[in-house]
Amino acid sequence: MKYVDEFRDGHHARALAEAIRRKVTRPWTLMEVCGGQTHSIVRFGLDELLPPEVTLIHGPGCPVCVTPVALIDQALALAGRPEVTFCSFGDMLRVPGSAEDLFAVKSRGADVRVVYSPLDALALARELPHREVVFFAVGFETTAPANALAVAQAKQEGLENFSILVSHVRVPPALEAILASPQRRVDAFLAAGHVCTIMGTEEYLPLAAKHHVPIVVTAFEPVDLLQGILMAVSQLEEGRAEVENQYARLVQAGGNRPAQALIQEVFQVVDRTWRGIGGIPESGFGLRPEYARFDAARRYAVSDVGGAESPDCRSGLVLQGLLKPMACPAFGKACTPDHPLGATMVSSEGACAAYYRYRRFEPVEAP
Amino acid sequence: MCLGVPGQILDVDDSPLRMGRVAFGPTVKEVSLACVPEAGPGAWVVVHAGLALDQLDEEAARLMIEALAQLELGTGENHA
Ligand code: SF4
Repeated sequence: MKYVDEFRDGHHARALAEAIRRKVTRPWTLMEVCGGQTHSIVRFGLDELLPPEVTLIHGPGCPVCVTPVALIDQALALAGRPEVTFCSFGDMLRVPGSAEDLFAVKSRGADVRVVYSPLDALALARELPHREVVFFAVGFETTAPANALAVAQAKQEGLENFSILVSHVRVPPALEAILASPQRRVDAFLAAGHVCTIMGTEEYLPLAAKHHVPIVVTAFEPVDLLQGILMAVSQLEEGRAEVENQYARLVQAGGNRPAQALIQEVFQVVDRTWRGIGGIPESGFGLRPEYARFDAARRYAVSDVGGAESPDCRSGLVLQGLLKPMACPAFGKACTPDHPLGATMVSSEGACAAYYRYRRFEPVEAP
Repeated sequence: MCLGVPGQILDVDDSPLRMGRVAFGPTVKEVSLACVPEAGPGAWVVVHAGLALDQLDEEAARLMIEALAQLELGTGENHA
């Protein structure tokens, strides 16, 4: 693990940690929502800089980690078809389905390609008119406009050989589910900065009011995170429950309107299953009926494909902040980044992978 | 995977996708600038999955690039 002093603004970070220490009078539990934030916290030991009253738990913040096994199995079924060129972001390739992963299908000769953007998949569909190009559209709100743009453009161009397998999730309903759980431990959220670049901060107002929970939109750098924690702790100590924006240099209250319009045009809100957590109402996007012909699950009738998660994986508890990765019996033994049992060990932003990378030689704390 | 990566716009075409070339250090990629209608050549934008999501000033971009490098969350997996 690196320590915060090695970061460019180590002194500022220590001063913020000191301000948090002066502010806090009783125990508080904060959840950071975004995987980039988790990575930063674990890498720089920010949790160890905080006073003992403040506990950080790692939320569901990585789309790779919450894509359900059933969708991975559908991706595997599509990728295995001889006429299909299957395109995906690189970090989905090692995510385990119920029996194998995309990487295994690719090494058996399937045409699986890593792309950086759905627009690259669209370009492939233009280049390869005799192939069926399917893009694995995974992501939070941040990624939705790019995927929507690709589909809208395919429709515009009349491209018949392009479709997407949609696994889009929305952050606010997941936070609602975490707050409504009888096992709720969370007193405040650090919401994900880049998600809010698109959607703005207004979506969080009803959530903060209904559950009386402070929500601070926060960036992912150490100093930003500590500032976000200070803002959340101040609210808690003062009995406030507001939506605040630590990341004002990038996030505007209204978000990015053209991006929202793209999402609106192509997607509608649907119920989604989150890996390890289960079904959450209205927690995702699906294609609107006008765009149904771009829905790969429908086109190839794979909607019913789908298996179960490894019974040994506790990622559902990890994703809800109910278990620290190192307290999982499989951590570092049956489950490693080379042989992951759950998606939180695969993605570089998954909590299990972050602990494996930076903390695995440290003693296990009680869950 | 939700992090955006800052880059500087080199040029923009006038197609409906508003495609442009954006430089991420030595790497240049084709990016859609459809959601940042005001951004032209020379402007800094945050790019995610091939789409620019926001414009930012040069100083903010420099700090963010530095932070991403220190966190080893560079451009590789972030779908710039
Ligand atoms: S360590 Fe592996 S098995 Fe345990 S919760 Fe994390 S991903 Fe699942």
